[in-house]
Amino acid sequence: MAQFGKKKKRVVGEVSTASLPDIVFMLLFFFMVATVLRTEEEKVRVIRPDASELYRIEKKHLIRYVNIGVPQDTRYGTDPVMQLNDAFASPAEIYEWVEKERTKLNEAEQSKMWVSLKVDKETKMGIVTDVKQELRKASALKVLYSAGRRDRTGNE
Amino acid sequence: MADIAFLLLIFWLVTTTIDSDEGVKRQLPPPVPPDVNVPPVRERNVFVVLVNANNDLLVEGEELKIDRLKDRAKDFLTATGDGILYPETPEDPDLPVREWVRKAFVAQKVAEYEAAVRGASDPDAKKAFQKVLESWRDKLAAIDLLGGDYRQLPGSAIISMRNDRNTSYDTYIQVNNELEAAINELRDELSQAKFGMPYSALEDKYETSPDEVTRQKIFAVRAVYPQRISEAEPQDAGAVYN
Repeated sequence: MAQFGKKKKRVVGEVSTASLPDIVFMLLFFFMVATVLRTEEEKVRVIRPDASELYRIEKKHLIRYVNIGVPQDTRYGTDPVMQLNDAFASPAEIYEWVEKERTKLNEAEQSKMWVSLKVDKETKMGIVTDVKQELRKASALKVLYSAGRRDRTGNE
Repeated sequence: MADIAFLLLIFWLVTTTIDSDEGVKRQLPPPVPPDVNVPPVRERNVFVVLVNANNDLLVEGEELKIDRLKDRAKDFLTATGDGILYPETPEDPDLPVREWVRKAFVAQKVAEYEAAVRGASDPDAKKAFQKVLESWRDKLAAIDLLGGDYRQLPGSAIISMRNDRNTSYDTYIQVNNELEAAINELRDELSQAKFGMPYSALEDKYETSPDEVTRQKIFAVRAVYPQRISEAEPQDAGAVYN
């Protein structure tokens, strides 16, 4: 029975951390590819509706955003307001905004500009209708109602 | 090294968003000049969807739950049969009557416009004739691809939607989504049966590698099931209640 006591103590080697930087860099590169830089501060709270018939715009530089929702900061009230770029604005200012944004694109792409409406799903249609009418006046007719993904009705 | 990489990673996590630019696509109509007379439409050719301030739907004069909307829209779009997949059904006075697009007639039109293009001396007229000729040629190709004559919706058949200023945005999107889903489902069905892939796959294929056959296939599917969803000019709140 003595041979059991004589057994050598095994030294457990430490896990090598040499590959750790590689792993973290890989993660970093994954995030760099999968995400985009935050371009504007969101001043309104937007919970998007869900839809099944979605269209994805591949050329992101053609998109301009209009956010509509209740202000994040309640000092600005609790009624839905519109945000253009980084500031609150009224629908009447859309015409000028569209003209300005359009000149930022090169000439061949000016007619391909998309306006993405990010609207909170609790919002009433009144303000959205006003925005749409102004967009029509400004001839910005390509509109995307931003939405999350869900299954088609009856296919769940 | 790992510390630096971690720092960078955390910095990236904080300053970015996973933002998908996906949504329901719509083409707004150009503004209508006030002096334009809108021609009257036939009642049976319009599928009317009204949404009130309580988010209730009135479809073709009846109250309807939103989960039934897609099927009702499909009934409207497939009325009297499309000549290909949907069997011929008797006329319903409330639904549109699809018109036959016959191969002999289309071929005759193609021949007519080919002669017109050849005979035209004015380059502008020639271009205009050429354009019409192309569309008739596409129709001829559609008949060949679909394997026979098809029935098309009359030109004035549309889905019309009107909402109240107090309708919620969510309901508005859901109604639009269901109407589009009805069209897309019919397109998928037809495309799957004739070309072995859903319609969306056809469009993706054309976007990545445009070729003439795929374009004609897309044209064929669209010719049978066009997407015509119109929104009524907004009116004052309360107008929906009559």
